[in-house]
Amino acid sequence: MIARQETEEAIEEFEQGDEPKEKRELVIPGEVIATGNDYLPGDWAKRDGQDIIALRFGLADKSGRLIKIIPLSGTYIPRKGNVVIGKVLDITFNGWIMDIDAPYPSFLPLIECSKFVNKNDLSECYDIGDMLAVKVLGVKRKGIDLTARGKNLGKLEEGMIIKINSNKVPRVIGKEGSMINLIKKESNCDITVGQNGIIWIRGEKVEDELFAEKAILFVTEKSFIEGLTKKTKDWLEETKNNPKDIKEDKADKKKAKEAK
Amino acid sequence: MEISNLTKKRIKEHMDAGKRFDGRDLLDHRELEIETGISINAEGSARVRLGNTEVVAGIKMGVSEPYTDHEGEGTMITTLELLPLSSEEFDYGPPKIDAIEIARIVDRGIRESGMIDFEKLCIKEGEKVWTIFIDIYTMNDDGNLLDASALAAIAALMTARMPKYDEEKEKVAFGEFTKDPLPITKNIPLTFTFHKIGRSIILDPRREEEAASETRVSIAMSSDGKEVKVNAMQKGNEAAITPEEMFKIIDLAEKKYKDSSKDVFEQIEKNLKGKK
Repeated sequence: MIARQETEEAIEEFEQGDEPKEKRELVIPGEVIATGNDYLPGDWAKRDGQDIIALRFGLADKSGRLIKIIPLSGTYIPRKGNVVIGKVLDITFNGWIMDIDAPYPSFLPLIECSKFVNKNDLSECYDIGDMLAVKVLGVKRKGIDLTARGKNLGKLEEGMIIKINSNKVPRVIGKEGSMINLIKKESNCDITVGQNGIIWIRGEKVEDELFAEKAILFVTEKSFIEGLTKKTKDWLEETKNNPKDIKEDKADKKKAKEAK
Repeated sequence: MEISNLTKKRIKEHMDAGKRFDGRDLLDHRELEIETGISINAEGSARVRLGNTEVVAGIKMGVSEPYTDHEGEGTMITTLELLPLSSEEFDYGPPKIDAIEIARIVDRGIRESGMIDFEKLCIKEGEKVWTIFIDIYTMNDDGNLLDASALAAIAALMTARMPKYDEEKEKVAFGEFTKDPLPITKNIPLTFTFHKIGRSIILDPRREEEAASETRVSIAMSSDGKEVKVNAMQKGNEAAITPEEMFKIIDLAEKKYKDSSKDVFEQIEKNLKGKK
């Protein structure tokens, strides 16, 4: 069990790194990645007789004997310990039903709320439509259990929410959080990235938030480029030094048209 | 996942300061692109892009019996489908209320403006008339499907040709066209949908803005060259609208029609010439 956890952590660290160790190959579900007993199937890979086949569309990654797939598309699959952002869908007598954009129903029980709750009126604590940062306690057959106890968890006030492809979350966070810290610093915003691809941004000005959103979208668009942190740094500095709004762009275009 | 309440609140605050997320002015449209003649088998077809919103419309003609109260007039049927490929919020199945509403607004705008001379679509009075089928499909939803659909429908109608009619078999010859255009008059309607968010009135919302919209008013307008007329109107969503706001919207619509109609028609006609 411990070994399993360790590998998971190692994989996570690896996923969040910037430079790939070996050239990764693009695979589609059902594709044979390797043949022989020398290899072991990792995440989203399966052994079928002698072959290791892919279960998802993504990049095949070989590290030693282990072969795993880093998915490029598809929905978010929750895992124990993930911090995600979700919306309160409904209130029951003992907790909140939430939407965390996963394929299973998720539930936040009353005792996992971070503050005192009046049992007669749960909506005082979290109301329908509120956005919460929560942690996945476990994924069971009947659904996902969540908790709102912990650092930086609970109701999100103010700010705005954007949604990106959950498979690109490791890229947005970067190696040991290098990318997200860079964006936070440059945009003066408070940012929480949920593993499900939902991101909360709060800054003092709306312009700052929009700038942070732009930066995150830049990273997701260019997620396949190597040495992305440096590129993003350059881009951020460039955009910051000459803040060119879309509006100004449009004015330029109009002028060009008139000149013609 | 739907647009969150937090984001909606931010949009509203930002708009109260007179600004939009993408830097446009409140009454600015996104970049418009019209492409006609995209289908070989349809009598007329058009693809309209409004920013990231994309809509395809096609015209087919059939022959059927007229309605008993309009025996000498052709008929028109508009259908719209919100395809699941265009947004995560649309599902397969028979058209739901949203799709029916958009189709009806488009239909009403065209019908009431007198864009089509239905009397010329009569083959034999009381027995046989032409029926125009307008089919609209959404390709990508980034807000304002309504205006885009209305535009696609008129662009497809303007560029459509009459099909050949086999009088012996009493059937329309599939895929064979004459060179005659449809009986189109000068009164071509343009639809503008105004959304009210907080205190602001905006045009051409993106999806997140549409989600924050409190109420909307669609106005179809046309002009015979002299004056601009309101042909049809529809109000949607829950919130109320004051008489002052309503007058303001009508004034804005008239101004917008005068500003943009020439551009739009020119783009359709240019496209048509390019195809020939």
